[in-house]
Amino acid sequence: MLVDYLPVFIMIALGAIVGVAFLFGSEYLGARRSTKVKQSTYESGMIPRGTARNRFTIKFYMVAVSFLIFDIEVVFMYPWAVQLREIGFTAFWAMLVFIVILFVGYFYELKKGGFEWD
Amino acid sequence: MWNDLLMGSPVYLSAALAIIIILVDAFSGKNKSLTFYFALISLIAVGILSAYTMNMHGQPVPEGGFSNGMIAYGGISAVFDILFVIAGILTLFASQSYMRAQNVERKEFYSLILFAVCGMSTIAHANNMLILFVGIEIMSITFYIMAGFFRERFTSVEAALKYFLLGAFATGFLIYGMALIYGATGGLLDFEAIGAKMLTGNVDFLYLRIGFALLIVGLSFKVAAFPFHQWAPDVYQGAPTMATGFMSTAGKAAALAALILVTKAMLPSNFDPALISDKIIEMTDFTTDAKWLIAIISALTMLVGNISAVVQKNVKRMLAYSSVAHAGYLLMGIVSNSINGWSGIVFYSMAYMFMQIGAFVVVGIIEKNDGRMDLKDYTGLSKTNPMLAAIMGIFMFSLAGIPPFGGFPGKYMLFIAAIESGFTWLTIVAVISTIISIYFYIGLIVYMYFKDSETPMTEKFGFSKATLTLVISTIFVILLGIFPTYLIDLVKGLF
Amino acid sequence: MQELIKFLPLFPLIGFVLIGIFGKKIKNEKLIGGFASLMVGIPFILSIMLFYHLLSTGSQTPEIVHVFTWIATGSLDISVSYQLDQLSVTFALIITGIGFLIHIYSIGYMHGDRSFYRFFSYLNLFIFMMLNLVLASNYLLTFLGWEGVGLASYLLIGFWYDKKFEGVRITWNGDAGMKAFVVNRIGDFGFLIAMFLIFVTFNSLDYVSVSETAAANYDFYMNSAIVTIITLMLFLGCTGKSAQLPLSVWLPDAMAGPTPVSALIHAATMVTAGIFLVARNSVLFSLSESTMMVVAVVGAITALTAASIGLVQNDIKKVLAYSTVSQLGFMFVALGVGAFYIGIFHVMTHAFFKGLLFLAAGSVIHGMHHEQNIKVMGGLKKYMPITSKTFFIGTLAIAGIPFFSGFMSKDEILWYAWSSHLGGWGLWVVLAIAALFTAFYMFRLYYLTFTGNERFDHKHVHPHESPKTMTFALIVLAILSAFGGFLNLPPALVPWSHADPLLKSWLKPIFADANMIMGHQAHGIEPMMYVLMVIATSIGLFMWYVARKWYSDPQWSAPRSIAASMKGLHKVLFDKYKLDEFYYATIIDPIYSMSKSFLWRFTDIKIIDGLINGSAKFVEQFGERIRLVQSGIAQNYAILMMVGIISIISWLMFN
Repeated sequence: MLVDYLPVFIMIALGAIVGVAFLFGSEYLGARRSTKVKQSTYESGMIPRGTARNRFTIKFYMVAVSFLIFDIEVVFMYPWAVQLREIGFTAFWAMLVFIVILFVGYFYELKKGGFEWD
Repeated sequence: MWNDLLMGSPVYLSAALAIIIILVDAFSGKNKSLTFYFALISLIAVGILSAYTMNMHGQPVPEGGFSNGMIAYGGISAVFDILFVIAGILTLFASQSYMRAQNVERKEFYSLILFAVCGMSTIAHANNMLILFVGIEIMSITFYIMAGFFRERFTSVEAALKYFLLGAFATGFLIYGMALIYGATGGLLDFEAIGAKMLTGNVDFLYLRIGFALLIVGLSFKVAAFPFHQWAPDVYQGAPTMATGFMSTAGKAAALAALILVTKAMLPSNFDPALISDKIIEMTDFTTDAKWLIAIISALTMLVGNISAVVQKNVKRMLAYSSVAHAGYLLMGIVSNSINGWSGIVFYSMAYMFMQIGAFVVVGIIEKNDGRMDLKDYTGLSKTNPMLAAIMGIFMFSLAGIPPFGGFPGKYMLFIAAIESGFTWLTIVAVISTIISIYFYIGLIVYMYFKDSETPMTEKFGFSKATLTLVISTIFVILLGIFPTYLIDLVKGLF
Repeated sequence: MQELIKFLPLFPLIGFVLIGIFGKKIKNEKLIGGFASLMVGIPFILSIMLFYHLLSTGSQTPEIVHVFTWIATGSLDISVSYQLDQLSVTFALIITGIGFLIHIYSIGYMHGDRSFYRFFSYLNLFIFMMLNLVLASNYLLTFLGWEGVGLASYLLIGFWYDKKFEGVRITWNGDAGMKAFVVNRIGDFGFLIAMFLIFVTFNSLDYVSVSETAAANYDFYMNSAIVTIITLMLFLGCTGKSAQLPLSVWLPDAMAGPTPVSALIHAATMVTAGIFLVARNSVLFSLSESTMMVVAVVGAITALTAASIGLVQNDIKKVLAYSTVSQLGFMFVALGVGAFYIGIFHVMTHAFFKGLLFLAAGSVIHGMHHEQNIKVMGGLKKYMPITSKTFFIGTLAIAGIPFFSGFMSKDEILWYAWSSHLGGWGLWVVLAIAALFTAFYMFRLYYLTFTGNERFDHKHVHPHESPKTMTFALIVLAILSAFGGFLNLPPALVPWSHADPLLKSWLKPIFADANMIMGHQAHGIEPMMYVLMVIATSIGLFMWYVARKWYSDPQWSAPRSIAASMKGLHKVLFDKYKLDEFYYATIIDPIYSMSKSFLWRFTDIKIIDGLINGSAKFVEQFGERIRLVQSGIAQNYAILMMVGIISIISWLMFN
């Protein structure tokens, strides 16, 4: 069975060999002169400045969390609503538990001051 | 239905309480002890229910009902539950005084412990690959948060991020492996069904092998086995010390519970002789290969873990590597693929939990808030804090596997199990790496008792809740070393 | 009922742990001492109950009480289980009974010591270990107790570790403890080897099954090389613990410990562990006549040499120490000639009178402000009436004055040494001379200490009687020393009775197999018995007379002139045959210098350290290599993971 895949493996092996060969070939053959410009970080022609560790405002995270709560809820509720007639009360209770859990998350965010924006 | 509910109650209750504790946390405002005591009582309740359901394992898993056959009951999963609960309680006590000493007490940590226990008991109770996966994810995500719990500290954040990235990477392979097994067995996720199917030999072996390999990859990551162990030292060192103690003991035990579930189902030994012979040959080939694979992982894990630990100067990192090495020892039980091996895993996980958490508590006490964790910081400990030094000495002896402490019978059982299943070479490797490990375990004792330094430990440490953890751990390390047969017999009867 | 045996060792263990942990906080001496005594007193009551249980059931086979299994694999089952039979109960009674008295005595003796709690904690540890030793149903547990009593003995000998001690190349009390420990290691080595051989030969370490196998196949094992080696190795262990030649040197130095310790450990109980071991293995020993001969001869020689050293010593405790070594020799002779129960009988009577003598000596030392030299004592009778009377009773007992306990047991030993097919007249002569010496040095000790001129310095020393806690123990032990012998009346004294003596019939089930193997020795009453008894008794009485006459003369002119005329001999005896110096010169120093020059400089540093450091260095370097892989960069980790994943998949796919 594996023999059927032999051409594929040969292909992979060839590709790997060629790739590695080029990598080392350029390393070995090419001339290298490092200048300050070459060493610097490439930032689309802009001169890099400041730190990359910028802190974002907490609001972004808050929005993300709220989005998760409400969006995921909806994503699950659409198919559930469409099929509710067929899957019956088990699904109803299951969805209720799910919504309660999400609601707990909502309350948590509310109490922790997640919606106080200033 | 109600019986069904009762039998699976440790899982359900821990999940429900984990959700409720969020509300407790949200509504209790500045009051931190409310969350603490809620978590404590929840853990105790879960523990009591596990103990209560322990003897129900003989009953068949009911189809339909509340869990729809996806949750296994009682027996060994209950023993694992109790292990997680004890680890949780020990960490709970220790973490309170630890966080106070670090001046960063946040009550979320207490809820996280409850969440982790919920995830881990889901793993132990899994009767189905999906439930297993859900459990692993609940546990892992909790651990990511725990690792980064000191969010002002770079080391902690770095640990969390590393853990999360690599963990997500490994999880991908885990779920891929499950998918392939699902395909190979013709659409099965249930462990018992997979086991039955394996006995008939009527599976697609190519996909089965790849799927099994990927499962092993994913779970090896969780137990921190070579070559998927590299996150462990960094994460364990960077994470808050109590979180490390918890992750490296209960988390490891949970991952081993998952491994037991998987290998028990997928590496059967009692084939039906009435089967077509070439299927049997292929089947035995597969089991032999799989065992050898795990044996090689196990051998390399303990060698790499112990050898790396030798050169560490930082006690926490040394213990992290020793934890990697212990994953190797524990995998020997998986290799042996027998009741003796599995009960060895349960026993050793239990003993290891006590000694490792205890050792980390000592590290946490000495670390205080100026991060003294180097070997040389332990010089003179025996003079200023003789009890603390003696207790740490006991943990080190136990970790090194010296009788009469809990580590010895555990190692002994695992070694014997490996020999019984024909992996004598693995036991030899294990003994050699144990000898290597004595070098650094005793090395710490040498520092505590026999070395002088210019900056000896001068502080005396008083009583706190962490002392309770220490006392409990010490007592159990000694008890498990002197009376091992009680636990061993209990566990053997439950498989 | 037999389950009670489980709790015997439990109480002293509790005492040891609790006092050890919390003792420092409790300043109340009475509380600590009382608690520790209670933790030994309860086991004593339990032992009495067990004794009555055995007596009422008349059980002929040992009852095994399983406590817990430590580890079980294959035929090796390492478990803690106790054996309830006449032998273990007899020893348990002696240990807990005497132990209880000595605990009470110690409350008074150790009063005011800065480490009061530590002393009682160690004493309880000792009782715990000793009970494990004698109650064990397998060799391993006995070995645990064996090592444990060694540890307790080490801790207690060096209890006043910061006090000087004069001995051959010993300067501190702690060194004396070390010496005891090291000498005992040689014996322990023998015990270990014996244990390995027993497991290989009999495939079990349980006393019952080993004895049964050996007894059932006694034709096969009789005088076989393996049994001889096993028993000789066991006996090597016994010579260590029971201070027989050639390992007797530690016991006199063990007197560095507090006197109650000398009484409990180094006279009454621990040193009889060797006797116990031989008795426990009576079947094995009786299977090898050569070992039996070795036991008897070693015992006799030890008895004689130790007694002769005792003649000239001036330290009250040293005299008693050599006397102990000598009396242990008597016991081994009894075992060696096949009279096992007489050996046990002498263990018992010896525990009574030697415990008494040591405690009385302790009382003297206590009253004399820690003076031990009898040359500067004298005339203490009027200051210490109870001590002197009880000491005198002990002296009468050990000297073999008729109808005291020592007389009964010693006379029996002498008779069996003469009459047994394993003994002979030579053995009897040696023992008779040893008994003669014993009587002399004991009466000498008594008269020098309690009568005659008061040679101590009245300005500094004010002798006084000891407190009630101490004298209580003395009185109880004095009664036992006086009448304890009636437990086993020699048949010669009651010729009209055809029943076996009490102790003999009590211990009969224990030694039934051994007696069967050796062939039944039916001894009626023989006239020779009375002849020998009269000779031995008159020796004792005569020595009493001599000592009294010599030492009532304030100038001691007779002993002095004898010592002067035999200066060389006196010196040899006073220097204890230079046995310590001999060991130092022939064994320790050569080993030491060889260790230093060859073993340490070359073997250790070059080869072993080289190997260890080399391998450690190898491991470390290897670790450093691995460390490089541990770069801390998550991407690199992922790469290694990927390599691992690929190799794992290919292993499973292409294998």
